[in-house]
Amino acid sequence: MATGHKSSSADIDLRALRRSMRRSQRRDNARSLLLIAPLLVFVLVTFAIPIFQMLTRSVDNSVVPETLPLTVEVIGSWEPADSADLPPEEVYRAFVADIQVAADARRHTVLGSRLNYEMPGIASKFRQLGRAVDDWDLEADGPFKDLLISENEAWADPVVWRTIRNYSGNYTTGYFANAVDYQLTEDGFEKRPEAESIYVMLFMRTIKMSLIITFTCFALGYPVAWLLANSSDRYANLMLILVLLPFWTSLLVRTSAWKVLLQNKGIINESLLSIGVINEPLPLMYNQFATIVAMTHILLPFMILPLYSVMKTIPPVHVRAAKSLGANGFTAFRRVYFPESTPGIGAGAILVFILAVGYYITPEIVGGRTGIFISNRIAYNISSSLNWGLAAALGTILLVAVLILYWIYDRIVGIDNMKLG
Amino acid sequence: MTDRSSAAFVVFDHVQKSYDGETIVVTDLNLDIEKGEFVTMLGPSGSGKTTCLMMLAGFESATKGEIYIDGNSINNIPPHKRGIGMVFQNYALFPHMSVAENLAFPLEVRGINKAEREDKVDRALEMVRMAGFGGRRPAQLSGGQQQRVAVARSLVFDAELVLMDEPLGALDKNLREEMQYEIKHLHESLEMTVVYVTHDQGEALTMSDRIAVFDDGRIQQLDSPTKLYEEPATAFVAQFIGENNRLLGTIESRNGDSAVVAVEGTRIEAVAVNCGETGDRTQLSIRPERIAIGDSRDNVVPAVVRELIYHGDHIRCRLSVLGSDEFVVKVPNNVGARVPDVDEATEVSWDTSDCRALDSETVDQEQDSQ
Repeated sequence: MATGHKSSSADIDLRALRRSMRRSQRRDNARSLLLIAPLLVFVLVTFAIPIFQMLTRSVDNSVVPETLPLTVEVIGSWEPADSADLPPEEVYRAFVADIQVAADARRHTVLGSRLNYEMPGIASKFRQLGRAVDDWDLEADGPFKDLLISENEAWADPVVWRTIRNYSGNYTTGYFANAVDYQLTEDGFEKRPEAESIYVMLFMRTIKMSLIITFTCFALGYPVAWLLANSSDRYANLMLILVLLPFWTSLLVRTSAWKVLLQNKGIINESLLSIGVINEPLPLMYNQFATIVAMTHILLPFMILPLYSVMKTIPPVHVRAAKSLGANGFTAFRRVYFPESTPGIGAGAILVFILAVGYYITPEIVGGRTGIFISNRIAYNISSSLNWGLAAALGTILLVAVLILYWIYDRIVGIDNMKLG
Repeated sequence: MTDRSSAAFVVFDHVQKSYDGETIVVTDLNLDIEKGEFVTMLGPSGSGKTTCLMMLAGFESATKGEIYIDGNSINNIPPHKRGIGMVFQNYALFPHMSVAENLAFPLEVRGINKAEREDKVDRALEMVRMAGFGGRRPAQLSGGQQQRVAVARSLVFDAELVLMDEPLGALDKNLREEMQYEIKHLHESLEMTVVYVTHDQGEALTMSDRIAVFDDGRIQQLDSPTKLYEEPATAFVAQFIGENNRLLGTIESRNGDSAVVAVEGTRIEAVAVNCGETGDRTQLSIRPERIAIGDSRDNVVPAVVRELIYHGDHIRCRLSVLGSDEFVVKVPNNVGARVPDVDEATEVSWDTSDCRALDSETVDQEQDSQ
């Protein structure tokens, strides 16, 4: 009886309790949200939204349907019979009507540069056409097929029309196809000729060189971290300052310093020449070697610091225990110390790798032609060729590739095993 | 030298150790340990006991002197070739290996094949009553269980000499007592030689065949637990082991093994153990449980009760006796026993044989000043 009574009263109390708890928590949550609100808004407005918008450009194709609304409507029903087939008159007519409207708003050039990514050279034809259509009368003149072809031979090229047809949708996979050296054609995707393919090679090079840099950072950083973790505090602090010193100088200065060292008339080559070890300067600069050396130097602290913080927690008595159990120095290291330091290796490696994969400045300055990364090509597409769609597609692929590698790493090593400090 | 080296299983021969070339941590240590013996190095921190153990294990080298095991000098033998089992303070189990892998480690590095390895690991786990825990990770075990695994690991490769460096320090009181008995029983059944380091005198008294009391880099006394407690040789030992009442006085006359000591004008007869000649200062040491309230024993002195603390089976009675306010008597809580009142003026008495005149070096160190 007593328990029954108790539980029923507890039920009522519980409901009230939950209500009041939620209320009080709501207040707490609102307050903490308020505290982080400035940062949240800042990150959202200046980082998350622009990046998302940038990434949507990788599939965005709205400029074609928006500039050529009439053409897009009729070109879909045109089925090219063979590779020499040209669209019917009504497509030409719609096209001229669209261009007349676009030329008034000066938007035909935007379309021209958009289609120029797919057909190099077409942009200038659009500019010329914009001037020509001004004098044409949609009712009186025509047929427009002949008129256009007489205006410029380019409009007699079936490839132009097939391309417009392929890119008539609001969204396109064309940028992604380009980003992996494929081309969107009438028959689906088609591999670009070898001479025009660079992106897959660049992706592979970026990943391969990032792995090499990660490994060299590990090989150079591990002993340093060990020394740091096993020195008396006084020396450890001094060495830690030396490790952190590069952080206090500008990245550009550090990279430029490598230029001074590595170039043909640089310190290394000049010294080697003067002592007669070599007869002509070694090619140290503007290649993969330079990129690897300079980036290893710049990213080394990111390997040393997590390693150091993990090694600091390994009790020295573990190695002693291993020795007392009969293991020699090497075995004690291999079987006891090294496995216990793997969380630091994991953290350092993933930090260095992810930073390296997206690195831009250092390869740009010292990498030359063979030592540049995919990010340099992304930057080129954004600032020089202005093909933002392609840049966005390349960036998305890079992001996904890193996420996949991260996932594989999690499956093999386990993120829980990673310690940043 | 050669004589000493063949005398016992473990021999420290005039061993000296200094870490910085300025202060000496271990001063001229001589210690013989017989095969199968359980010897404890007991002392406050900084007394040099752990350093001695580390020299024996090979992690520190002696600045001077030789250490022999089984007649062979081991000064130049690296730790991993000494074949000494060791239990460390915080167990030092390898966290990335399972319990079974931890135990198999010393066997593996010795090249013992898999079948034999598994057999030995199982037997060792059974020995410490941890059978079935082989697949666990050390982090999944309680402190006591980790302790057992650490002991098993030090025994699994049949080491003849096992060193233990404060192995029970991290356990709570009950578990510590339980483990004391278990280690003692293991020692009895396996008959290995054990060198045990602790600062806990209770632990040392219950487990050891002999105890070496360390202070200031020297062995103050090396004796069986009984002798150490009943017949401390120095004021330090008397103070460090067990509870002790001390009275400072001057020797009035000395006659062989007995002496008459003047304390605050009162003449007290005592056993002369480690005191000087007539006129020298001395410290009288009397165990609290050897003192009676009343005048039933040889030496009777007046006392005033200052404080009574109830301990269940006995009552701790703090009195002022001959100028000392820290004089403690344990009054057993027996049927009909009379317990004095606070501020009551009474008398305390003890037998002359329980009162030992020792060196007058004042020992300010508290027993648990670790």
